[in-house]
Amino acid sequence: MIAELGLAALWMAAALAALQLAAGFLAARQDDAEIAILVRPAAVVQGVLCAFAFAMLVWLFARTDLSVKLVAMNSHSDKPLVFKLAGAWGNHEGSMLLWVTVMSAAGALIALVERRLPDRTMQATLAAQGFVALGFYAFLLFSSNPFERLPIPALEGNGLNPLLQDIGLAFHPPTLYLGYVGLSVAFSFAVGALLTRQVTPDFARAMRPWVLGAWIFLTVGITAGSYWAYYELGWGGWWFWDPVENASLMPWLAATALLHSASVLAARDALRAWTIMLGVVAFSMSMVGTFLVRSGILTSVHAFAVDPERGTFILVLLAIYIGGALAVFGLRAGSVAEGGKFEAVSREGALVINNVLLSAILGVVLLGTLYPLLTEAMGVRVSVGPPYFDPVGAIFVVPMLLVMLVGPLLRWRQDRLARVRRSAIIGMVAVLAGLLLAIALGAGVLPTLGIALGAGLAVASVLPLKGRRLRRVPLATRGMVTAHLGIAVALLGMASESAFSEERLAAIKVGQQASVGPWQVTLAAVDPVAGPNWTALEGVMLASYDGGAPIELHPQARSFWSPPQETTESALATRWNGQLYAVLGKAADGERWQVRLWWKPFVTLIWYGGLLVALGGLLALLGRVRDDLRRRYVTRKAAERREAAA
Amino acid sequence: MRGWRFFLPLGIFALFLGIAGYQLTQPKDDFVHSTMIGRPMPEFAMRPASPDRPGLSLADLKDGTPKLLNIWASWCIPCAAEAPQLAALKAQGAPIVGVAIRDRPEDVAAFLARYGNPFDRIGADDLSELQLAIGSSGVPETFVIDGDGIIRYQHIGDIRASDVPMLMEKLREAGR
Amino acid sequence: MRALAGLLLVLAALPLAAQDAMPPAPYAYRQLEDPALEARAQGLMETLRCLKCQSQSIADSDAPMAGDMRHQVRTRIAAGEDPEAIREWMMERYGDYVSYAPVVSRTTWPLFAGPLVLLGIAALLIWRRFRRSA
Repeated sequence: MIAELGLAALWMAAALAALQLAAGFLAARQDDAEIAILVRPAAVVQGVLCAFAFAMLVWLFARTDLSVKLVAMNSHSDKPLVFKLAGAWGNHEGSMLLWVTVMSAAGALIALVERRLPDRTMQATLAAQGFVALGFYAFLLFSSNPFERLPIPALEGNGLNPLLQDIGLAFHPPTLYLGYVGLSVAFSFAVGALLTRQVTPDFARAMRPWVLGAWIFLTVGITAGSYWAYYELGWGGWWFWDPVENASLMPWLAATALLHSASVLAARDALRAWTIMLGVVAFSMSMVGTFLVRSGILTSVHAFAVDPERGTFILVLLAIYIGGALAVFGLRAGSVAEGGKFEAVSREGALVINNVLLSAILGVVLLGTLYPLLTEAMGVRVSVGPPYFDPVGAIFVVPMLLVMLVGPLLRWRQDRLARVRRSAIIGMVAVLAGLLLAIALGAGVLPTLGIALGAGLAVASVLPLKGRRLRRVPLATRGMVTAHLGIAVALLGMASESAFSEERLAAIKVGQQASVGPWQVTLAAVDPVAGPNWTALEGVMLASYDGGAPIELHPQARSFWSPPQETTESALATRWNGQLYAVLGKAADGERWQVRLWWKPFVTLIWYGGLLVALGGLLALLGRVRDDLRRRYVTRKAAERREAAA
Repeated sequence: MRGWRFFLPLGIFALFLGIAGYQLTQPKDDFVHSTMIGRPMPEFAMRPASPDRPGLSLADLKDGTPKLLNIWASWCIPCAAEAPQLAALKAQGAPIVGVAIRDRPEDVAAFLARYGNPFDRIGADDLSELQLAIGSSGVPETFVIDGDGIIRYQHIGDIRASDVPMLMEKLREAGR
Repeated sequence: MRALAGLLLVLAALPLAAQDAMPPAPYAYRQLEDPALEARAQGLMETLRCLKCQSQSIADSDAPMAGDMRHQVRTRIAAGEDPEAIREWMMERYGDYVSYAPVVSRTTWPLFAGPLVLLGIAALLIWRRFRRSA
């Protein structure tokens, strides 16, 4: 019954999306007030129904209802409850349902709260949102039905990939999805504004909180995903320039550029076409990423829907949505005046440089990710990895960071470099200090640049607060400062990790010692342990930093039996100045064990930096929402007073 | 205001669509092919992998008769699956030499006792050295080597029944 | 990146069935004595692609074949070979695929021309946007 209820809700939600599309389109075109009143309620009810369908799927997984195909394929009655629930989105069908759930929830939310835009633009926006959702409903219902029953219930489920059975990973996908799909709101706003030619500062202000929200989730999702890859893969790497990672980085880059160009549009009524284009591109990158991952044409990602039929379906959706939006952009953008030219030395001047460079970085990542696909069509296989992305990316990142040092200090419209000279000198001194330090410590070229610019940016990012009383600084400005500081912190972590990491591979007996950097690690014991659905060999390691009191670490080599797989569970000892990363490998011979140890100075800054960036986004979002609520309050009061006077 | 540049993003996207669409229609080739075809085998000499067959060296391949060089291992499941096809090739007169990757003599012996032994010689490649030197990326793989020790053809994955005539044909071509 | 997890099904967690019983190659999990040589080997290993796992370098993989490749790299570096010579040797056998560091060639030139074009477009866009001040 539960599965059927879920399926029925899904069909009804799809029908409402169709209604939302038709009513919104007619209302926006003919200014028909009667049909217009249908649009917002349709969006809200659609959101509720879709959330209901998703809840039904989670319930099925919680009960391990083995008569449902998806549950039987991806769950197992032995699994801990939290991983049963996570199993609901740890597969193709469930994750697509999560995707439309987020999309329709976002649509419902804008329908409920957004009051700033002209009605016609709003209706066009909701029509666009309904249109996009409709395609994904069709995809779910016709080729990826999550509620399909088995003719005969299975006796036991197939289990979930053990690598997914990790608490971090259980909540990583929903976070990233909120980001990916949240960008659909920006997409719909952009299309709505294009259709009604209402690209105004108000449009930018209305769109900005949604982009901020999606961007915060993307930032958290990428940060968490990177940390998960770091501790779960067992080799200490935290970013591989893998196509799947790039698929999450590209929407983030586009959304970051969009945030900044929306600021220019909101403040100076310029960069209209550019902002619209970024709005379309950001969500397009989410969809292209999804396509690349699920069609299986780029990597051999076999776990999800490597199925040409589904790949074709998604590609057709891409062609309709992205192609359609970009075609409308091509036709309409010419009539959306771009706005006046800028002074090079001004806030908007710096933001334009930032935007163009961010977009170029996006272009490099896109090229490097898709290029193997192009050569494969010609019958040649190539690999594009860190040796390409790192230096080529740096060509664009370095000037962008240099502009970032001074940009936030500049005034809108027009400024003189002489006015910010003192701050600029402070920033450059920090850059120089970082440079000398890195050279003295013998870091390579890119890490040296990273340390120098990270140090400079760390100092320069807080300079906008100089001479201001912190209480009086607007939340949005505090958010900007925090986010920029976060970038600096993450950059320092990345540079330090790549320049100063030490590795130690050793084969030692129980009782013997190995050292890495300032750490002395003793293998005290190797014991068998058992979990709910795995057994493992667990090492007991006593790690002492610089002769201090030892910390106990428990790295494991796990064997799961359903499905049968081996994973390594690394053990981490975190200090303020870095992390010890320990892995227990196989038995080397009769008595000795392979152990892998890394000392990674300041590696944690990478993820603290990422979290700071997200926190900055959150502060900015709160600031924007508060300003908006205030403005609403003031206009309402003014209207009431006018009424009273009349 | 020239309008064409606003269509630039659409153009780039159309390019992507074209490539992605084309790739979807193509069968996915996940194999890493050797780029050593047409080039000579490297110098090597391997100890016997099993007590009842001699080991393998370059000189054995340069004796004038083309051979099939089968890269396999006792721990590899598809290798067991292709055993009947190797036997069929042997029965049709194909000389087959084997290279056992990362294998212990007792495991090799047990495997051969169970699935048959079509090999004239079996070399043991304990560190995958020969495998790397000829651009092979997994087990099982079957190379056609001509009488002068030149690599002529690489078959990746297990040999299916339908591959047998094709491999015989490649072997004949190598003999010409 | 959710599907990174899926990717890892192929990458990190090797199915139990395909494990051999042999101990790993001597230098698969052992560093060279000389830190300078080990650093050169590490630099190369991080940019060679593991052939069994599709999307990891041989420095990040537990696949036995990646171990054997690490052994080759380390022993050759110890014997005084140049890292780039070893990369070339690998590329002679496996083509461009085995190296994560693409080099300019007939098939890869757009990878390097692309960023230059982007640089040009970026400069043009910025230049056009700014008012020419006297």
